[in-house]
Formats: sequence, C-alpha cells, structure tokens
Amino acid sequence: MSKKVSVATCSLAGCFGCHMSLLDIDERILDLLQLVEFNRSPINDIKHIEGMADVGLIEGGVCNAENFHVLKEFREHCKILVSMGECAITGGIPSMRNHFTLKDCLEEGYIRGVGIENAHIPNDPEIPLLTDKVYPCHEVVKIDYFLPGCPPSADAIWHFLTELIAGRDPSLPTELIKYD
Amino acid sequence: MSSTKLSHLEVVRPIVEKYAKDPNALLQILIEVQEILHCVPKDVQDYISKELFGKSRVRVPAVISFYSFLSEQYLGEYVVHFADNIIEQMLGNRELAARLCSKLGVKIGKVRNDGRVSVHFTSCIGMSDQAPAILVNGRTIPKLTPEKVDVIAQSITAQMPVERWPESLFVVEDNIRRSDVLFRRKIEPGSAIKACLDRAKAAHAPVALDEQLSPLPSDSDKTGLDHAAQETLAEMYRSDLRGRGGAGFKAAIKWETARDKKGSSRYVLCNADEGEPGTFKDRVLLQNYADMVFEGMTVCGFTIKAKLGILYIRGEYRYMKEHLDAVLQKRREQNLLGEHILGSPFSFDIKIHWGAGAYVCGMETAMIESIEGKRGSPRKRWPLPVEWGYKGQPTVVNNVETYAGAAIVAVRGGSWFAQHGTMQSTGTKLFCVSGDCERPGIYEYPFGVSIREVLRDCGARNTQAVQISGPSGMMLPESEFDRLLAFEDVPSVGTVMIFDKSRDMFDVLHNFAKFFQHESCGLCTPCRVGTTLLVNILDKFKKGQGSALDLEEIKNISQLLKTFSHCGLGQTAQAPFMDALQKFRPIFDKRLKSKEFIPAFSLNAALEEARQLTGRTDPGAFIHEDIAEPAH
Ligand SMILES: Cc1cc2nc3c(=O)[nH]c(=O)nc-3n(C[C@H](O)[C@H](O)[C@H](O)COP(=O)(O)O)c2cc1C
Ligand code: SF4
Ligand code: SF4
Ligand code: FES
Repeated sequence: MSKKVSVATCSLAGCFGCHMSLLDIDERILDLLQLVEFNRSPINDIKHIEGMADVGLIEGGVCNAENFHVLKEFREHCKILVSMGECAITGGIPSMRNHFTLKDCLEEGYIRGVGIENAHIPNDPEIPLLTDKVYPCHEVVKIDYFLPGCPPSADAIWHFLTELIAGRDPSLPTELIKYD
Repeated sequence: MSSTKLSHLEVVRPIVEKYAKDPNALLQILIEVQEILHCVPKDVQDYISKELFGKSRVRVPAVISFYSFLSEQYLGEYVVHFADNIIEQMLGNRELAARLCSKLGVKIGKVRNDGRVSVHFTSCIGMSDQAPAILVNGRTIPKLTPEKVDVIAQSITAQMPVERWPESLFVVEDNIRRSDVLFRRKIEPGSAIKACLDRAKAAHAPVALDEQLSPLPSDSDKTGLDHAAQETLAEMYRSDLRGRGGAGFKAAIKWETARDKKGSSRYVLCNADEGEPGTFKDRVLLQNYADMVFEGMTVCGFTIKAKLGILYIRGEYRYMKEHLDAVLQKRREQNLLGEHILGSPFSFDIKIHWGAGAYVCGMETAMIESIEGKRGSPRKRWPLPVEWGYKGQPTVVNNVETYAGAAIVAVRGGSWFAQHGTMQSTGTKLFCVSGDCERPGIYEYPFGVSIREVLRDCGARNTQAVQISGPSGMMLPESEFDRLLAFEDVPSVGTVMIFDKSRDMFDVLHNFAKFFQHESCGLCTPCRVGTTLLVNILDKFKKGQGSALDLEEIKNISQLLKTFSHCGLGQTAQAPFMDALQKFRPIFDKRLKSKEFIPAFSLNAALEEARQLTGRTDPGAFIHEDIAEPAH
C-alpha cells in the first residue's frame, strides 16, 4: 500500500462546526484513515505540523495574531491549503464585527456590558492580540481550494478529500453546494 | 415645520397631476421634484406613493436609490457634479475639484454644514472633447479652468441663482471637425416622411384620409400605406444600415420583426443614454440635427405601424431640454408629428423621457424598465424588445445615430447609402475623439477608416494607446493602429480616447474598473461582486503590493464576469483587463512585488488598534514577517 496522505487541520476564528462536520462522516472516517493520517489537528491534539503535510484544512478566518501565526505555519508546511467553511472563506459570522470598530466591540464587551466588575480591556500577554478586522484566509496567504458551506456537509468534505487524494479535480457537484 | 411641508406639497402636487398620476411616469415625476427641491424628501415620497400606487410604499424609495441623480437627502441649493472619466483626470479635474471645495469649504460628497452646497464626482457627462466639465444644478459647464472655478465659487458664495451666472460659462461647442454624408446633407424637415408617403402615392391607390377611417386588411391596402411601409423596409434592407449603439445589429431586421409581431400597439424608442465614457456624438446630433433624428424615428413608426416614439435621453443632457421640446413642438406645428401627418392617414407623436444618472439604462431592456418608471434593471434576455418591449408590446430600440441614418436612407434610398463605407459596414460613422490630441471633437468618416488616419487628422502625437468604444471596448497599442474602424475589424460606438506616451495605462485601467464598479446595477452577483474585486486588486497593485497570484485572480474573475453576468455591462466590464494583461503587461509587472502572494494590508498595522486599546508592547503584540511563502 502506498504512503498515506498527511492531513493537518486547524480552527482559527471558527466555531469548530466545520471540524464537527468532518467527524460527521461517521464510519467513513475508518475508510478515510486507510487513506490519510492526521498530522497536527485538534482531533489528535498534535500542536505543530510534523515535517510536511500534503493537505491543510483551515476552519475560520484570521481574527488575532495567533491565528496568523498558525495560518502561516500551515501555509509553509502544507503542500495544498484549503479554506474550509464560510468563516475561512469570507470571515463568516465573526466578521460581523467588521461593521464596528474594535474599540466599540471591546468596550461593549468589557466596559459597558451589564454586570461587569473591575471593568478594563484584558491586556494579558497570554491572550492573542485582536486584529482590527476579521480577515478571510485568502487575503492573508495563498489558498489553493475553497470548500464552501457553513459547515460544509460531511458528504462535501468526504467527496472533496477522496477526490483530491485520488488525484482528481475535487470540484463539488451541484447537489453538494446547493443549500436551499 | 408645517409651512415647509405645505410647500413640498405645493411643489409635488401639480407635477403628479400633470402626469395624471401615471405609475409609468414615476421617474419623470421624481426628476422634476429633485430639480426643484434638490432632494425627494420622505413626505414627498409618501405623497407620491399614495397617489400613484395606493398602498405600496416600496416602489418610490426603490427608484430613488437606483438613480444617482435622485436623493432623499437634501443636496443643497447648489449641487455640483464633476465628471470623473480618465479624460477629465488627465486634464486635472481632481485639482479643480479640490480648488472649488477649498474655496467653498466643503468636502467631496458631503453637504456643507449650512446646507447650501455639495460637490460630487460622477461618470462621464458626454463632454470629453471639452473637458474638464461639470454640472451645476444639472446645467453643463464645459472647459473648466481655475479662473472659472473661482467665478463659480464666488457666484455660489454670493448666492447668485445659476440662471444669472455668466452665459459664457454654459457654452457647449459642437467641434464638428470632419463632415461626410450625414453632417453635410442636412435634410429638410419632413423630407424623409414625404419620401415615404410618396412611395404610397406611387402605389396603386392614392393616400386618402377617409378610407383610413375603416381599417382595411392589408391585402386590400387601398391607402397604399402598407405598400409604402414595405417599400421603406426594402430600402432599409438595401441600405444594410447597422445599429450605431455598439452591437451593430441590422436595423431592417429589427424593424421587420417588430412589425410582424402581434401586439395591441407598437413603439419606437430612441436610445440617447450615451453613457459609454468618452462618447458624445448623440449629444452633437441632438443639438444640431434633432430634426433628422426625429425624422428617422417617424420613418420607423411609419414602417412598423407605431403611433408613439420615445426619446430616452440621459439626465446629463438636461441643458438641451428646452431646445428639444421646441423642435418637437415645431414639428407638430408643421404637421410632421401628431394626427394625420402631412395630411396622410399616418399619425405619430414623440415624447421625451429623461434618465437620471445610470449607465446601465443604456442597455435596451433596462431603458425600457426606466421608461416604465422603474429601477433600470436589465430584463432577462428573451423575449427581445421587438416582441416584448415597452408595456409588453413590440418595440424597436435604436441608437440616435441609427435613426439619423434611417432618415438619410428614406430620402436618398438604400442603394445610395450602401455605396459608402465597407461591405459589412455601410454608410458613415461619427467618431468621438478625445484625450491627447490637438483637435478633439466629432469626426465623420465612412466606415473602414484606419485608426492611424483618425490619429493623424486630429493631431495626435506620440500616441501610446487608444481606447476604442469606451471602457467596454478595446484598448489597442501602437502596433494595432493600422486596424480599421468597422464592424468587421474594430467595432465601436464611435469612441476614440487617445493616450500619449506620458500616460500610465494603469491609471486608465483603474479609472475604467471604478467606472464599472460604480455603474454595476447590483442585480446579479458576478457583476456586483466581481467588479469590486477587480478594483480591490488594482488598488493593491497601486500600493505596490501586487503578486502573480493576483494576476491569476484577475483572469479568473474576468472569466466569471464574462460567462455569468446577466447583462452586457458585467460581460464587458472585464474587457479592458484582458486587453491590458495581453497588450500592456508592463503596467502590472512594474508593480509586482511577489511571484507568489502577499496580503494587501500589513498585519502588524492591523494589530495597532488593539495595541493602543490594551497598551501592550510585549513581543506577541507585534508581527514582523507577514508573508508566508507556500511550501513546494
Ligand atoms: C451596459 C450597456 C450600455 C449601453 N448603452 C447604450 C447607449 O448608451 N446608447 C445606445 O444606443 N446603446 C447602448 N447599449 C446598446 C443597447 O442595448 C442597444 O443594443 C442599442 O440601443 C440598439 O440600438 P442600435 O441597434 O441602433 O445600435 C448599451 C448596452 C449595454 C449592455
Ligand atoms: S463555517 Fe460555519 S461551521 Fe464552520 S466555523 Fe464558521 S460558523 Fe462554524
Ligand atoms: S451584469 Fe451588472 S449591470 Fe448587468 S444586471 Fe448584472 S449587476 Fe446589473
Ligand atoms: S441573496 Fe443573492 S447574493 Fe445574497
């Protein structure tokens, strides 16, 4: 049997819904594991990409400095990088804050909000610093493929990965990207 | 406040009454209100909604938001629009606008605090041969200079009504530089209609009024009118006259199809939207040859059995209103319009419909929607207007110049006409020359003239490129100047914008891209989003942040626009990009920073706001290297 394809995944400014959808492929995950091995991923809690990964799946856009460092690591260590889900592709729900200034957002949350004691904007160096806006991944690094959906359905993820691994064009058939 | 409310009502009521509360007249009503009040306030909107539509309150705001010359917000006693085509930019319109703004203490796009004045940018206003040009309260002031700007600023500061400003400011020139059959043979008013009616007389029966009163089936066409219409159509076929609005469709086929389609009535529409930047021939025709255009429309009406013609003219040409109304009135007095034209059974009249600043309304089905008083959204492609046009009836839409040509064909005959021009492009064409040359203006040539000849005649030197047919046309480098202006080689509406070697074609492309972004009507996603993405990419190049991937992206988006846009606007919005990539590649290469990809923004700068809010200065609060090169 040929060498397994190495897949890394991460969740940036996302809700983990896309990862849940990935797990939603149910028992097919066993078939998938015949074909791939998971590199760095929240699924196995490996913290950094080991060597080079063949495919990187990114959930969520970039909303803070840490997101950027992770995305950069992925770009530099994945041969093929995929924006998975609406948040990675467009910024999604988190980017709704782009209509406001960061100042307004943080003051609403930490200063003006109801029942706040010792009001101040958190400034611990441990906390990743927020970017002024939430950015879709392709505005930050080169992205090779976009896997649409919120989240992409398990079937869409399955179809995409298996086609890609088989060396075919991973375009999704209409029924997998039709949402109404 | 009740007194202002009353005065709003006093303004709007007579206008609504004048149009007999006709929902089709909504746009015309709004334009007239805007002209007087310099806005269409909420209470006026409510009144119009109630009178025209009863319960529905959505149509009026929907229409106001569509047209750039209509606004709910008060724009001030003086509303100034600077044309912002690349031609004006090359002649320093931005500096002039800045000068006016600073004299008046106003910011572009904002109404001054005292509510007296606002200054805006708009697309080309059809004055490219006498740029820079502006509109003040809808009236055109061409050839703007710093001195004129000062006069304007003083007049506004002194609150002098625009009607009392020096007349010399408002003189629009014709600049007809070369004449051929169309310009040279100004035909007598009525001669084209007479020629048509004479064909009826030549037929078996004389034209007689009383016989028309009981309509006859066409096979017993005793008036000879039907026969004469057939003859006129045959002349049109012989002339092989092709549409001058860009696509070059044969007029005779259109006319015959509309004539043959079933309908309760038929309509003749004349497209004078002339929104393609750099184009101004229809303006010159209507200014000097309006009779000929109306005559051509009447000939069309005669041929297709229509009773009504409508001239749809862009709001930017407001200054011609009184002139055009007078020409129409005179034609009615001469019995060239109205009931029983020249004593024949044929009756036909022409109305004028005004646009209000929307390029897409030049697209024929958008124009029809606009004439019906709606937002100017293009209809779906089928059925075509010849079958389902104005009010759902068979409708011919032709360009101003096409009708002028039809008038000549009616008088001189189709074979004579077809002797001019080339095999596939008969007749002559009006070319609108602007940009870097000594003698910008209108040049009439037989079809088939080379670009080089035009450049020579207008005194263009050191020419780097020409843009033919406006932003949606072709961007051609010197190596292609021997190509011929005709449908079989370089087709066009007749626009020739010239750029000499001192110009950066990147700026030209950027200007065009913003034009399409601004004019996209927003109906369909490929165009609404695609035109903006293309502008974003150029913005990135302008900052020197371009990358090879962005060039790929331009190609991808262009392909999407071309393939999936709903109408011609989106389909052609990519044309200058494709030309620039193929023929002017260095404008990108010299701005290319990376072979791979770099962000359009600095991530470190994106953290600045948070640094300020938190006061953090630890290493994690900065990003030093924001480019990630893909693995290979
Ligand atoms: C976005 C767009 C804008 C147009 N603008 C004009 C215009 O300003 N004037 C015009 O005559 N035709 C314009 N056209 C073409 C018209 O749809 C139509 O084809 C033309 O008026 C037909 O007349 P013709 O056959 O005499 O050329 C435009 C088309 C598109 C897609
Ligand atoms: S795309 Fe949807 S499911 Fe995925 S992270 Fe965003 S919100 Fe969650
Ligand atoms: S292509 Fe552009 S202008 Fe045409 S319908 Fe679509 S959005 Fe409107
Ligand atoms: S609803 Fe159609 S594009 Fe958003």
